[in-house]
Amino acid sequence: MSASSGAEVVIIGGGVTGLSAGWWLARAGLRVLVLEKGIVGWEASGRNGGGATHSFSPFFLEEQRLWPQMDEMLGYPTEYRRQRIRIALNEVQWSRMMRSVELAERQGFAWQRLDRRQLRELVPLVGDNALGGLLLDYGGHANPQRTVQAYAWALQDHGGRILQHTTATGITVRGGRATEIVTDRGVFGCEALVIAAGPQTGMLAAMVGAHLPLAPARVEMIVTEPLPLMRHGGADGNGLYGRQTLRGNLAYGGGPHEWIELEGMATPPRVVTPLFRHLARRLTELFPKAAHARVIRSWAGIVENTPDGRPVIERLAEPGNVVLATMSSVGFGLSPASGRAIAELVQHGRCLFADVAPLSLARFRGLPSDWRERLGWIPAADDEAGGIGAA
Amino acid sequence: MASQPARPGGASAGDPSSAAGAPLLVAEHAPLVVVGAGPAGLSAALAAAKAGIATVLVDEHPVESALMGLDVPYHFGQRMNAAVQSKGRMIERIAETDPRLSEAFEAGIDLRLGTCVAGAFVSGPSASSLRKPVLMLADGERSWLMSFDRLIVAAGARDLGLGFAGWEKPGVMGARGAMALLRRYHAFDGRTLLVMGSGAVGMQIAFAALDSGIAVAGIVEIEAAVRGPEAMRAELARRGVPFYLRHAVKEAVGGAEVEGAVLLRLDAEGRAVAGSEARVACDTIVTAIGLVPNVELLDLLGCRLAFRSELGGYVPELDEEGRSSVPCVFAAGDCAGTFEGKLVDDNIARAEGALAAAGAARDLGAVAAPPPESAARRHEPGEVHGYWQAWLAAEIAVGGWDVTVCQCEEVTRRELVELRPPRYLGWGGSQVAARNIERLAAEGPLNQDQVKRLTRAGMGHCQGRRCREQVQMLLAIAGKVPVAAVPLASYRPPVRPLPLGICGPQDEPREIREHWTAWFNIPTQWTPHWEPTPVAGSQPAPDISGLGGPAPGDER
Ligand SMILES: Cc1cc2nc3c(=O)[nH]c(=O)nc-3n(C[C@H](O)[C@H](O)[C@H](O)COP(=O)(O)OP(=O)(O)OC[C@H]3O[C@@H](n4cnc5c(N)ncnc54)[C@H](O)[C@@H]3O)c2cc1C
Repeated sequence: MSASSGAEVVIIGGGVTGLSAGWWLARAGLRVLVLEKGIVGWEASGRNGGGATHSFSPFFLEEQRLWPQMDEMLGYPTEYRRQRIRIALNEVQWSRMMRSVELAERQGFAWQRLDRRQLRELVPLVGDNALGGLLLDYGGHANPQRTVQAYAWALQDHGGRILQHTTATGITVRGGRATEIVTDRGVFGCEALVIAAGPQTGMLAAMVGAHLPLAPARVEMIVTEPLPLMRHGGADGNGLYGRQTLRGNLAYGGGPHEWIELEGMATPPRVVTPLFRHLARRLTELFPKAAHARVIRSWAGIVENTPDGRPVIERLAEPGNVVLATMSSVGFGLSPASGRAIAELVQHGRCLFADVAPLSLARFRGLPSDWRERLGWIPAADDEAGGIGAA
Repeated sequence: MASQPARPGGASAGDPSSAAGAPLLVAEHAPLVVVGAGPAGLSAALAAAKAGIATVLVDEHPVESALMGLDVPYHFGQRMNAAVQSKGRMIERIAETDPRLSEAFEAGIDLRLGTCVAGAFVSGPSASSLRKPVLMLADGERSWLMSFDRLIVAAGARDLGLGFAGWEKPGVMGARGAMALLRRYHAFDGRTLLVMGSGAVGMQIAFAALDSGIAVAGIVEIEAAVRGPEAMRAELARRGVPFYLRHAVKEAVGGAEVEGAVLLRLDAEGRAVAGSEARVACDTIVTAIGLVPNVELLDLLGCRLAFRSELGGYVPELDEEGRSSVPCVFAAGDCAGTFEGKLVDDNIARAEGALAAAGAARDLGAVAAPPPESAARRHEPGEVHGYWQAWLAAEIAVGGWDVTVCQCEEVTRRELVELRPPRYLGWGGSQVAARNIERLAAEGPLNQDQVKRLTRAGMGHCQGRRCREQVQMLLAIAGKVPVAAVPLASYRPPVRPLPLGICGPQDEPREIREHWTAWFNIPTQWTPHWEPTPVAGSQPAPDISGLGGPAPGDER
């Protein structure tokens, strides 16, 4: 394959961030090529809780504005539903909930208190142990697997291309610009490059001389058999995030994450550990009336975090045609907006609808090189692990 | 990122909300656990016990009646009678049926009947918090963890599911389910049974039925000749069992339950012969077309699997002793590969069990008696998927594309190959209509998990037991690729559908409760991102130690 098989914009990473960016760019008439080492949306983007309620983000307003339109704009279903309910089983949980709605309220969004009776009407699976809840008149949830495929198909419908099973292994920089992406399936030329490769974004950024500090981690979720639909599916609490799907399954996650290391571009095994049982226990506390519901599956996904847990979205000064994007483990709900921001950075050099300056890499200048050790964001020490089970 | 030096202060010093700080809650330990008390598992456990190894032998039978109702672990088709509701009675019956169970008990084996293995876990590159290999066990009341040094998986096989119109009616079941109810539980609730498939499995079912006083309405076979041993055929014919050769089942008819089957004749090209409908009265239809190795635990453990049609599909890669690519895990019996010869001669499975026991014993510093010479060599297994696909093609020829594949999620063959969003979304539109399996296959190798996400086929409470292989074969047909090119759809714990209240641990240890967060424990993740963080503000040596406090409003 020659460099001529490239595109105006090449995007490394076919998760929600890269696909949304590619979709926005393709809609705008640019020639887009997404390189994905596996299947589109196969990593965190197809394995998350589907939450779309992020009042702490500069993209919050755009997230809230876009989601109700996404099905129509994409032409494929995302299973988006608006509003959320938060449930508290104790005072500590109440005060946490309150802090998050206050932040949304300051940005003009409404919410209301639900006493136990009101809560039970909307969420019949709760028990007497619930103190009450909050009904947020904002936020929402969608089906990640359907959404990610919707982005991919919509991108193609606008003339964009996706190459699956294609791993980017190198980036050629010439004259202050990224000119070619080297992959295991040939070399692709580009005029602009977006690196939105999830946990691997740091390694790829290093290839263009940027230092993007990231720590990868593995997280788990469980899902039950379908139950009758509650009036409000977007209900969570008790240290769990998740939703009742439109099919009726309870899909929830939370609790201990596992810090891991990357070995090259391959995504480490997305195994589930016995810790997934704690999710079942917490969910039984949250929804005592669902104690009989059978857990039929679990899964794990790999996400990445920056040292402050906030995204990095930045068009580099050098090479000047490269945009880096990691959502630091909270990127599904924000994807309609993050993709748009990235597209605007590619097209205009700046984001037109939000201030992305706080998401710049500059904030990590002076970060000590052993920041992961200092934070304890590293795997359990080798000598304690493994043993005879390790292959 | 660079490799990390050892951390002072222990694994949980840095981030107590991470898995590294979470205790495992292991309730018990066994040097050797054998999963499955069939011929292979029993033989393995007995050999190990004789070698002086403390051995736990786990078997899920008798299965909770509620699980049977969900067609787990076999396709029981609601054909169990009320007796299965008494677990105690079922345990007695099962023990009576197999004298080797009492032998195991006398040999000092820690026998756990009515207990399933819902998960199996070993440490690995992204699970280093898991310090030792563990199993998740469950019975009707609770689940718990048991650590082990060596594991022998002898989990057997299940039936290949194959749909036809009306196959969701009570009365349609698999051969394994029928055999279990007839021979182990003595709790079979049918009176007249029709068998699909004339191999040894199908004919065994017919014999088992006749021996229990149940009528056999016939054996249906798409091929022109009976597939199984001639002696069996002759004996069944003598006992008056009709063989419907070159036939397929068009439909299970009846009201709430099966009352009969409509058969259609096939011509030499496998096409349905118009007007050849024949109705056979029966209350049970048993699919006995093929057996699929139960590799779910092996897949969870990360054992390398390979597609070998002559062994029933995806099977573990094993050395001569049955050791998998995960050194502490062995496999023996049908889950290591099934073929007709193994079915009719259980010495093969016994030999495999004994071999695995010898390997495990050696690892544990003991010596198990050398296993008998394997009988496997006397059999020449042949590939089976050609036959399975011929059955699927025949069922499509007589029943068309609007037949349910996935019962749990109500997905038809057509909906599957057209990648239709589930019906409850009520989604139409031209863009979706332009998408299908063939187009997906053009974009990269087909993947059953991806198709499952889009169509929901295989996502239900039976955990794909009834439709996995059908879906795999339909993908192969629609995508115009060999079956072997469709990778195994992944297995995830719990591999038995467990109620939330049982799946969870009895208590939440303090270390987990105190540090539990819905999402990472990074306070600045949840505060306004337009406000500066300590990292950005404090040059040149930022103090980031304060980032480890409890998260405020962790919001998703
Ligand atoms: C269990 C779980 C629950 C979550 N819950 C929520 C939630 O409720 N709400 C929310 O907003 N977020 C949630 N998240 C986080 C969210 O899923 C991620 O932040 C988001 O999906 C990130 O998308 P991405 O496209 O940036 O990265 P990814 O999804 O990681 O995609 C990156 C892609 O790049 C590809 N890639 C990597 N390297 C290369 C290479 N060299 N060449 C080619 N391709 C490459 C990968 O294969 C991958 O497909 C959750 C995550 C998990 C795992």
